[in-house]
Amino acid sequence: MKALSIQGLEKTYGNGFQAVKDVNLDVEEGDFFALLGPNGAGKSTTIGIICSLIKKTRGTVSVFGHDLEREQEAVKSSIGLVPQEFNFSLFEPPIEILINQAGYYGIPRPEARRRAEIYLKKMELWEHRNNQSRSLSGGMKRRLMIARALVHEPRLLFLDEPTAGVDIEIRRSMWAFVQEINKELGTTIILTTHYLEEAESLCRNVAIINEGVVIQQGSVSHLLSESHTQTYVLDIAQTMNTAPDLEGFSVYLSGNQQLEVEVTKEHHLNKLFAVLSSKKIDVTSMRTKTNRLEEFFMRLVKKG
Amino acid sequence: MNIHRNLVAFKTILTREILRFMRIWIQTVMPPAINALLYLVVFGTLIGSQVREVDGYRYMDYIVPGIIMLSVIMNSYSNVVSSFYAAKFQHFVEEMLISPVHNVVILAGFVAGGVARGLVVGAAVTAIALLFTDLQVVNVWITLSVVLLTAILFSIGGFINAIYANSFDDISIVPNFILMPLIYLGGIFYSIQLLPPVWQLVSKINPILYMVNGFRYGILGVSDISIAYAFGIILAFIFALGGFALYLLNRGVGLKQ
Repeated sequence: MKALSIQGLEKTYGNGFQAVKDVNLDVEEGDFFALLGPNGAGKSTTIGIICSLIKKTRGTVSVFGHDLEREQEAVKSSIGLVPQEFNFSLFEPPIEILINQAGYYGIPRPEARRRAEIYLKKMELWEHRNNQSRSLSGGMKRRLMIARALVHEPRLLFLDEPTAGVDIEIRRSMWAFVQEINKELGTTIILTTHYLEEAESLCRNVAIINEGVVIQQGSVSHLLSESHTQTYVLDIAQTMNTAPDLEGFSVYLSGNQQLEVEVTKEHHLNKLFAVLSSKKIDVTSMRTKTNRLEEFFMRLVKKG
Repeated sequence: MNIHRNLVAFKTILTREILRFMRIWIQTVMPPAINALLYLVVFGTLIGSQVREVDGYRYMDYIVPGIIMLSVIMNSYSNVVSSFYAAKFQHFVEEMLISPVHNVVILAGFVAGGVARGLVVGAAVTAIALLFTDLQVVNVWITLSVVLLTAILFSIGGFINAIYANSFDDISIVPNFILMPLIYLGGIFYSIQLLPPVWQLVSKINPILYMVNGFRYGILGVSDISIAYAFGIILAFIFALGGFALYLLNRGVGLKQ
């Protein structure tokens, strides 16, 4: 079953700006899906429309087979949203925020309290449950929004840049938890993020949106297999003033003892090392310049 | 519409609203009670002792219903306008907008919160008034129904104001420059029978006159206008403004792009 199906979605704001031009998208139930795109590509507008926060201009949206316009209550019941911006009352404590959120979905107070405890503990916020939310750190506020989005146990969860400004340790624990609910509860997750390594390691499928149009969609592994070039950064033992000529490879000198080499799909690293050996260049360490999805993304967006 | 879900949602919004204004009772309940105390001391005791009876009642007794009504009107209105505008300003209104809560329930929840504050403040002011006068309620049902309907009406007014407000200035313009003059000219401190005929006629355009007089009729049994008119006008405004507020909410005016 499709968790989300979007056909011909358009959004033109009152000032004439067309944020979404023609978005067509299908997400299967249980998927961990990445919606990627540069700033202003139309990702948040698309999510805003699905979550009934923004009115669409044209097109259809259905969630688990329910049409957004005709069966709004069924659509809304199955969605959870972690937005980009903080959007909770700064003067209310986390426990009240979660209990209220559950109440809006018809969950009575005793059950709401039980769930609030579960999710605040999962997000390591239980100790802060009675503090005013404005006193929480940035990372805690992000985790509070995740706990809030989960308290009614939605079948489809939108995470709109949920790890922006969150330190690595917390980010990793957040992802471990989100992966757990995806696997164990079968919650479909749609993620937007600017950390493409997150998308590459977490998501099974991805859509890239640019200037309001989906320009690429498919499985992460499929898209990566279409990636033709990978740039490697090589630290070398020798000191150089000009880039060496490595036959069949584009080479840039990025430091006196550092080379950047583009390796296309047709070449193997063995070949690169053979050429380097023939030139008597000793490699002391090596890493990829960016992750593969990021390179693919940048090429697509630049082309677009 | 899922009745059970929406009933829980209504209770949630109402509880949240009551907790909100009770948490900050020093800002929400205390100031109107002190204002009422000052009105009663200055106008009722000091000036009132020099004023002759109005409609057969001591001046203090005559102004008490109006002062209670003033607190109910101002607090019902300001509770909803400030609470809903804060929800807009901090964007946590989105919690409700993305949820399956029906718009009628969102409106009813905030209005009920405004009514709750209006009644709590009204009760506090009544308690203070009992220190100055021996209130005898002539008709309990008329008194309670007028105060309840008035609180509903001004809570709806506050909701509409919050929908259109784009800044904190916008939520203080209506209470300060429209509501307050209408309340003062609505016969709180005087009977319109004391005015020249032309000004009596002008006063009758002011809807608050009907609410103050309806309430005064319930407590003292005297009124400048017919009690049936008072109920008719309050109910007409409730339906008209309530329908308009729901229309704005359904259209997402001021809430959705």
